[in-house]
Amino acid sequence: MNKLTSYTIKEIQKSYADKILTPTSFVDLSLQRAKQTKELNAYVTITEDVAETHGIESEKRFYIYKRPKPLDGVTIGIKDNFCTSNIATTCASEMLRNFVPTYDATVYSRLRRAGACLIGKCNLDEFAMGSGTVDSVFGPTRNPWSYDKDKWRIAGGSSGGSAAAVCSGSVLAAIGSDTGGSTRNPAALCGVVGLKPSYGLVSRYGLIPLVNSMDVPGILARTVDDATKVLNVVAGPDKNDSTTIKRDYEPITLRDIDLSKVRIGIPKEYYCQGMSREVVECWSYVTDLLENEKAIVKSVSLPHTSISLAVYYILNQCEVASNMARYDGIEYGLRANANSSTEELYATSRHRGFNNVVRSRILAGNYFLLTKNYVKYFVKTLKLRRLIVQDFQKVFHKVDGVDLLLTPTTLTDAPLFEDFAQRTNRDQCALQDYCTQPANMAGIPALSIPIQLSRNKMPLSLQLMGPPLSEDLIMNVARKIESLVQFPVLKAV
Amino acid sequence: MKLIKINRPLSYKCMTILARRLSHKTDKQWESVVGLEVHAQLNTESKLFSGAQNTFGGLVNNCVALFDAAIPGTLPVLNRKCVELGIMTALALSCNINEVSTFDRKHYFYADLPSGYQITQQRAPLATDGILSFQVYTPGIHKAPYRKSSKIKQIQLEQDSGKSLHDAELRRSLIDLNRAGAPLMELVFEPDLADGEEAAALVKELVLIVQRLGSCTGRMEEGALRVDANVSLRTPGDPLSTRTEIKNIGSVRGVAGAIRHEIERQRAILNNGGHIINETRAWDAVARVTIPMRDKEVVQDYRYMPEPNLPPLRVNLVTREDQNDIPSVPLIQDKIPELPEESRKNLIENFHLRPETAIQLVNEPILLNHFHDLTSNENRNPTKVANFLINDLLTVLNKKKLDTVHSPITTQQLQELTDLLLNRDINLDISRTVLEELIVISDVNLSPLKLIEEKGWKLTNNEEEVTKLCMAVIADNPKMVQQYKNGKTKVFKALLGKLYKESNNKIDMSIASKIMEGLLKK
Repeated sequence: MNKLTSYTIKEIQKSYADKILTPTSFVDLSLQRAKQTKELNAYVTITEDVAETHGIESEKRFYIYKRPKPLDGVTIGIKDNFCTSNIATTCASEMLRNFVPTYDATVYSRLRRAGACLIGKCNLDEFAMGSGTVDSVFGPTRNPWSYDKDKWRIAGGSSGGSAAAVCSGSVLAAIGSDTGGSTRNPAALCGVVGLKPSYGLVSRYGLIPLVNSMDVPGILARTVDDATKVLNVVAGPDKNDSTTIKRDYEPITLRDIDLSKVRIGIPKEYYCQGMSREVVECWSYVTDLLENEKAIVKSVSLPHTSISLAVYYILNQCEVASNMARYDGIEYGLRANANSSTEELYATSRHRGFNNVVRSRILAGNYFLLTKNYVKYFVKTLKLRRLIVQDFQKVFHKVDGVDLLLTPTTLTDAPLFEDFAQRTNRDQCALQDYCTQPANMAGIPALSIPIQLSRNKMPLSLQLMGPPLSEDLIMNVARKIESLVQFPVLKAV
Repeated sequence: MKLIKINRPLSYKCMTILARRLSHKTDKQWESVVGLEVHAQLNTESKLFSGAQNTFGGLVNNCVALFDAAIPGTLPVLNRKCVELGIMTALALSCNINEVSTFDRKHYFYADLPSGYQITQQRAPLATDGILSFQVYTPGIHKAPYRKSSKIKQIQLEQDSGKSLHDAELRRSLIDLNRAGAPLMELVFEPDLADGEEAAALVKELVLIVQRLGSCTGRMEEGALRVDANVSLRTPGDPLSTRTEIKNIGSVRGVAGAIRHEIERQRAILNNGGHIINETRAWDAVARVTIPMRDKEVVQDYRYMPEPNLPPLRVNLVTREDQNDIPSVPLIQDKIPELPEESRKNLIENFHLRPETAIQLVNEPILLNHFHDLTSNENRNPTKVANFLINDLLTVLNKKKLDTVHSPITTQQLQELTDLLLNRDINLDISRTVLEELIVISDVNLSPLKLIEEKGWKLTNNEEEVTKLCMAVIADNPKMVQQYKNGKTKVFKALLGKLYKESNNKIDMSIASKIMEGLLKK
């Protein structure tokens, strides 16, 4: 049943209406697929019982009450750093291996309220720190386009499990999180759509934080239309998250857009060292397509792009140091058997609970936050962050700016695991996040969309960025691109 | 660990004694400088950033929201009521309210601090630059009240921590998170005070103010208001010297005692040629000494960072337009009631009370209420009423070890009793006896008049009867009468004493005195 890798929400719901499929039968198929594709390691937990209950509830609403909700019978995966009550939420860390929250993240409760059925909790890099989904305590996630036993490619990260689940057809859509590209990167490498909404549009309540000032729940789906449907359900103000935008959310409707009024900027700084020729070719291919559609395409400059990564890393590590301070083994999480003193209990629990990546970021962050270093590093990076934001504000200027930016999402197609593992997590992130983290620095929306396959038969994707709350335009332009490029469906998994 | 803690105060005591002995040779003038930091719990239904109940004495770990236990993924939501009470207090202390204030994380590891950081307002606090003026007057220490003021550097909102309970025998610690995340306002005062009495007077005044405002219960015994004192000594005219900080003093008299002790300790060290080290000390209220705090020996770097989950707090300084997340400061200003200083002024100017009396009355809000109730009837003399409340009611309550708050005596009863007293139907002694009876019986419906009548305590002011008694005393003491007639008028008092005894304390002595004088002059 390889249709599983191509079904859209619309098609599924039509099948329900036509009784070709029912929510329970589809949930079963999805669960089966999730189990069949175990070697991808997309899931930390497959929530079989929960999924079946959700399926039955949807089925009742479809056929008994005849009042289906917008996402009834839609199978979803949730990255394992979103809290789900009574379901383990591990952050792929030894520290939280046995952590079972008693509450639901807002994103998940909204999806549930809309009728979505949870198939499982998806794998990630420990505490979402990584760009490959290789640093998980549960092992790496493999890319569904290339998962041979010996020579396999990474799924990207840190939401690699979510991307692999969507791509391999065990769910229609998945939730990821995006701090520096963690939703868009795996979406790009697995050939699915990945949306990072504007900061504050989607509630972070229940998302176990990496960098509070940059984290956004992300959406992964196989089509722009599906991603939009999910966004329309999860977006909007939340009293539990004071940083959500207070204004009511206007649901997005997709329409046939006239590109002749859309101005698209190609930022020259994104053409950088290490970008593969194929990616550059893919970028100019779509640029040409858009020009053919009469879009106004011009070259623009974001001069502070090159410093963005360094700034991102300092801020990231400072917030990590702070956010990780709560894991002391007292209230929840791993508690080491160390009794000689409270300090020893903390030190042993934290040493055993966190991997090297997490520990090194904590160390660096605490160094930057020392009173003697605060102005030198933290304050300075905040100033630089402001310059990066201003770059975007200038380029999106209403009169002489552009409406959207088109860039690659990643520098290459999905690397082989053996190549990826050659470099440290830090070096890989520095490479992989180059095109994606500026959007997090500025809090602007960005979307990765698959375009074509590389010579390795791996997906190549591009990224659209827009000013804050320009999701409507981004989704509409993305759908236009989607229809123009006709990205192939993954045939066999 | 426990042994060390017990040993420390002893060794310091020895040092102090030793230093005092040596001090004669090198004694010189030292000026003590005291600055306070006060943590006051805001009197709200729920906590600063969570919906958990903010209460004292709840069942262990029963008032804890997920956020208070730092459960991953939870976020702070600022409680608007805390902002309002903080602003109201700041306004009452003449502070400038900041149009925009922000929150910071202060990091340190402690078992009763679940998130590993406290959310506070370090860089841009709620309010700055205030002043608190107060009267310094401790009967028995000061002859007359004097006015003092201390500038306020800033007032900030912050979270309280949980409580740790250390079981030394079983070598384990127990954590209660009921207090974790409770709302505090921290008031940072400039080092404007000279000694412990001034500090205690400041704290007393602050307690009265927050109680008036309803922003804090002021119950120091519950930890609702806790004081840290910075103490240093210097030669007059010199810049501030190294200070020590006494943490968490839990009573007004504790403030006075701890600072007095700390000044003496520092004076002894300095006179002995020693140096003061910058350290954190605790007040041992039982041993009456300050002792170094072991876990505060290492200087902490708090690694402050802006709290990214809370947008800046904005207030409307100008208009009465109130928005959900932008409270109007003028609207809060409108709600501020009469403050203690105004009450004193009112008592002195309109009721012609002495400043000492006004201070004592205002110090006891319950007595002040009684005072206003009683003097609403203009026939009652305000000074006499005030004296009755302070000298008699308060004395009796103290004797019975009762707080004014827990006094069972009703206004109704006091009205009746003061009228009896002011009409000289009873004297002060009897009124005290009646007060004691009222406390013992604790019946709000009991009428003092009835009680007096039942017990036969009413004074005789029947002149004939009094004259009879006087004549009897004169007849029984011919010697003294003779002395009086010889010009030794001093014995008059002794004769009155005899009369008082003879009459069983049941005659109006002012009438008796007149009659006695008349009889003797015959």
